[in-house]
Amino acid sequence: MIEGWVWKYGDDVNTDVIFPGKYTYQPMEPAEMAEHAMEDLDPSFAKGVKTGDVIVAGANFGCGSSREQAATCLKAAGVAAVIAKSFSRIFFRNAINNGLPVIELREGIDEMKKDDSVKIDFENGIVIHEGKEYHFPALPKEVLAILEDGGLIPHVRKALGKA
Amino acid sequence: MKMTFAQKILAQKAGLDYVEVGQIVEITPDFCMSHDNTAAISKIFAKIGVERVKDPGRFVIVLDHTVPASTEKYALGHKEIREFVANQGIEHFYDAGVGICHQVLPEKGYALPGALILGSDSHTTTYGAFGAFSAGIGRSEMAVLYATSKIWLKTPESIKIVVHGKLREPVTSKDLILKIIGDIGADGALYKSIEFSGEAISEMSQASRMILSNMAIECGAKNGYIAPDDKTFRFLEGRAVREYYPVYPDPDAQYEQVLKFDASQLGPQVAKPHTVDNVSPVEDVAGTKIDQVLLGTCTNGRLEDLRLAARIIDAKKIAKGVRMLVLPASQEVLLDALSEGLVDTFVRAGAMVLNPGCGPCLGAHQGVLAPGEVCLSTANRNFKGRMGSREAEIYLASPATVAASVLTGVITDPREVFEGGAK
Ligand code: SF4
Repeated sequence: MIEGWVWKYGDDVNTDVIFPGKYTYQPMEPAEMAEHAMEDLDPSFAKGVKTGDVIVAGANFGCGSSREQAATCLKAAGVAAVIAKSFSRIFFRNAINNGLPVIELREGIDEMKKDDSVKIDFENGIVIHEGKEYHFPALPKEVLAILEDGGLIPHVRKALGKA
Repeated sequence: MKMTFAQKILAQKAGLDYVEVGQIVEITPDFCMSHDNTAAISKIFAKIGVERVKDPGRFVIVLDHTVPASTEKYALGHKEIREFVANQGIEHFYDAGVGICHQVLPEKGYALPGALILGSDSHTTTYGAFGAFSAGIGRSEMAVLYATSKIWLKTPESIKIVVHGKLREPVTSKDLILKIIGDIGADGALYKSIEFSGEAISEMSQASRMILSNMAIECGAKNGYIAPDDKTFRFLEGRAVREYYPVYPDPDAQYEQVLKFDASQLGPQVAKPHTVDNVSPVEDVAGTKIDQVLLGTCTNGRLEDLRLAARIIDAKKIAKGVRMLVLPASQEVLLDALSEGLVDTFVRAGAMVLNPGCGPCLGAHQGVLAPGEVCLSTANRNFKGRMGSREAEIYLASPATVAASVLTGVITDPREVFEGGAK
């Protein structure tokens, strides 16, 4: 169970506004990537985001390019989870593989506002907002384990006794 | 509970009775495909720290993107792949020249009904035309599959696309999929599983169906399923690497959308630069001057495509000032085209016939474009810079439109020249 403060965005937040294209081919550490997170959508985000915050967004979050930095920069910025009505397929995979929880929620998103508090119960698949519970299909333990290990490669290394 | 194809096959592979849309399952793919990018994947695999590929029999590797190697760098990549394959005992390896991965997997009998196939290439969706569930994945994920044979997948929503009526020659399934993508947009099926059905699909050849599934990714789809039937089973006779068990959706499964198209009303379509959903009827762009045409690729490099183009070209010559590249999708296609005299037709018309492979489709070699040049291609993508210069323009069309246009030097409605003019 985690609890965090909401950053609220709309539909079709694409990978370009999450992590600008002009940086994609520059070698960059995750901490520096975090400084550019959401740069072209919300310049206040990178300055204001705190560890444990939660992004809540509309449909098709992470659409566009397959750049993995879009997930890496949010994770490095301290984002605890992204809750959205839907995700682009590749962003969704990149997020989990980078250790960033992503939750697809059909209901309740429209009621959530910036700076609201949300609680997420991953094991039981519940988001709690202002006393209301919204259910999402619980992530299987295998996927939860990837998140807990911080991403796919560390997870696999650990599972195979290589870490 | 009633299930779509995607729900049903993912439930089956995960050993569950039912999966809901959005549910994540862990599965072992039947087959995994990678191509020239195997060199990069093998390096990620080395980082995991596992010595041996867990189950070499699941992996199919095809060298096709830059064959034969045109630079030392490509040659080194191929050499590393050959060593990796030999060291790891990966037997399903097809070296340079056999064909394009998305043609080789069907021909060699891996694209099977009811199979789950993942590939580190976005057009892996092609095998949906055989009733497989097939999707693209990242390179890191492929590296992990080498180590563990396991991956998680999310159960997608499904869109049913029903195509009534019959296509009228020389209109092809390429025109149909361009029309669909133009209508629903590049994200029209984002993350969704498309199920194609209807009279036009049943009437279509197996090769024509592959074009629909191949291009399903161009509207964001995760896979593009077509129910396997007698045509599919006949194609697989003598090819299937093992027994297979078709999977069909339940008749009253839940679809996010049902879209209807009428094939009998459809004319030739063209995707204009620089996105695949920028589609117009051919009439709107007729007269556009072209410098090069490309007939082939994993979209339209099969025998029926070459036959249709050769029928239009017949004994005529290509227009002055236009270059024509013919790229058979595989050795098998090339041999058939040779024995039917199609290669003869193309070469006599003035075309360059290339070895089976991806050729200039990805702009790496064999016919890239200069700034300001215009190419009319049967491929699946026309993104800026895809075939060379960022200032070149790529139009996408069917083999019939490409053949009609290469004779005139401008984009031409194939109905004007097709056997007496059907227009
Ligand atoms: S022919 Fe083109 S689209 Fe097809 S696999 Fe090769 S590069 Fe990709």
